[in-house]
Amino acid sequence: MNGEASTGPALPPGGLPRVARRTVVISNPQGLHLRPAASFAKRARQFAGRVNVIREGMSVNGKSQVELLLLAAEPGTELVVEVDGQDADRALTLLIEALSAEYSDEEE
Amino acid sequence: MQTNRGIPVSAGVAIGPVLVLDTEGYRIPSRLVRPTEVESEVARLHCALAASARETRDNQQAVDAQLGKRYGAIFAAHALFFEDPALVEEIEHLIREQQYAAEYAVSKVTRRYATAFQNLKGNLGLSSRSADVYDIERKLLSHLLGKRREDLANLTEPVILLAHDLTPSETARFDPAKIIGFATEAGGRTSHTAIIAAALELPSVVAVGDFLSDVTGGDEAIVDGNAGLLIINPDDETRRQYESSRQTYISFARQLDELRDVPAETKDGVRVELSGNIEFPSETKHALEKGACGIGLYRTEFLYLGRDTDPTEEEHYAAYVDVLRTLPPGAPLVIRTLDIGADKFSSKSAQLGEERNPVLGLRSIRLCLRHMSLFKRQIRAILRAAVHGAVQILFPMIATYRELRQCVLVLAEVKEDLQEEGVEFNPHVPVGTMIEVPSAAIIAPQLARDVDFLSIGTNDLVQYTLAADRTNENVAELYSAADPAVLHLIQRVLDAGRQCGKRVNVCGEMSGETAFATLLVGMGLRHFSVTAHHIPEIKRVIRAFSVAEAEDIAREALRLESAVEVMNFLRDQTRRLVPDAMA
Repeated sequence: MNGEASTGPALPPGGLPRVARRTVVISNPQGLHLRPAASFAKRARQFAGRVNVIREGMSVNGKSQVELLLLAAEPGTELVVEVDGQDADRALTLLIEALSAEYSDEEE
Repeated sequence: MQTNRGIPVSAGVAIGPVLVLDTEGYRIPSRLVRPTEVESEVARLHCALAASARETRDNQQAVDAQLGKRYGAIFAAHALFFEDPALVEEIEHLIREQQYAAEYAVSKVTRRYATAFQNLKGNLGLSSRSADVYDIERKLLSHLLGKRREDLANLTEPVILLAHDLTPSETARFDPAKIIGFATEAGGRTSHTAIIAAALELPSVVAVGDFLSDVTGGDEAIVDGNAGLLIINPDDETRRQYESSRQTYISFARQLDELRDVPAETKDGVRVELSGNIEFPSETKHALEKGACGIGLYRTEFLYLGRDTDPTEEEHYAAYVDVLRTLPPGAPLVIRTLDIGADKFSSKSAQLGEERNPVLGLRSIRLCLRHMSLFKRQIRAILRAAVHGAVQILFPMIATYRELRQCVLVLAEVKEDLQEEGVEFNPHVPVGTMIEVPSAAIIAPQLARDVDFLSIGTNDLVQYTLAADRTNENVAELYSAADPAVLHLIQRVLDAGRQCGKRVNVCGEMSGETAFATLLVGMGLRHFSVTAHHIPEIKRVIRAFSVAEAEDIAREALRLESAVEVMNFLRDQTRRLVPDAMA
């Protein structure tokens, strides 16, 4: 996965960023298929805050693998992962990792 | 009272209590719960979710141990579906806001997702994820319903079955004493389910659109298979009207039954052969009762349906001999080899590999010629059964001369094998080819030379000639056997048969429609193979005209320019000749 960091919207003065956001390009040849979606959703559910995954203006609940699958993200698709809440940054890192994990050698 | 309009696919009227069916034969007892029960309904949902997740994780561990973690991971991903917040929240919402029963809410939501997956395009194969979603639904329902699941085989009183859709195999298993009619939200006029319903003479209406949310188990309904209506909770007046029209229909059917023993011949004494189409050996008796002189089309797909393994040679053989035992000695039995089509085998087609355009893909004879052992097994059984009666073999979906040659070669090889093994068989089984692809109709003169008979399958011929999916209601209008292009192809095949002295038979739906009987006889057809219950009506029409009259009608019809004109003309002519025909 290629991760491209970008900070969220304007930082609240003197506070931590409330929304962390990063753009990733799906590089897995299988696209965002069942297992990466499941792994992503599972990690996302460990955070209290909101997790959104956005594709071309279509935003889905990142804690729902069903909705993630419905993004139908093929290899090369650009997705924006958006995390809202206290550990937003840590969460974002872990989530991007889930997307980047190798799911090679799998018959989906 | 609520009246819903759909497509009538099997005539007659049924009145009775409804049974609402969901996937896999789960019976959903009630669609709504009382406001006071909402909380316990939500609790039931969560129990079922937890139990399903647990069950799936147990599977995962078993698979991990047996096949390795890579495979177990699939189940791990499935288990997560039961904790999916989007899914769970939506189901809960329906229970709380709509007071849906947990089962119904689960079905509603999982169906919505399944449809969303099915509609996904692209190369990820995500559309097959809908199978996973159905699996989730099944698991949840089995936990929710527990002992409440009822088998259709154990019905105690006659019911009208209401479902989103029914597979042909589900329909085929109906016990007509217990299921007196059905209506479905989906489906089409010429879907296989509709054909079977007609064969079972079950009043039925399909393609009604959404209505399941408006009906609850225990409601009363009327299925009007003549007008295509589903009436839920009819008022007294409507009920009375239907009771009396039901009686009229029954006496009309009785009247037709009296035609059973009179010959099918035109007014000027020209004999027309009427044989029956069957799907199951058990239908043979019914076909004979309706006056069939034999079986003109035995569709063997059902030997392959609803099972995980292919039928054995002995299973084929037993089924064929079963039919032969029921037929009088010498009565013909035309056995068509496997004709798997995407429309008929929705559940199994996936296992044949994803095809973008299955109707134009590897199906029917193409599939058989690729899976030689499967093909040969069936041919062996046919040749062996032919020792016991007048068996003929029919190859479906032939599109090229080469395919027919290949079939004939395989047949010869099988005979050699049987000979070498010293197995008893009949080496003189007549061979026929289906004409259901336009290319075959075009080269019919060439094909006719190499076979003993030709059989025109009008359902596919119409679909392929007009490039219109017969189950797609958006283009169903294009699909008409009365289309001039179709009629010209049929005429070509009939001419080829006559020139080569080979029998031509029409075995599609078209030959069972009274309006076409005169036309087909006028075009030169002398062999009809139809669904049993159409036989008396077709016979009655045939007895009402002379060949000369039919030829005039055919000449006129073939001059017309559109399907609508042809159809109107034929209906008028049929009404003129047989004023009291049901058409």
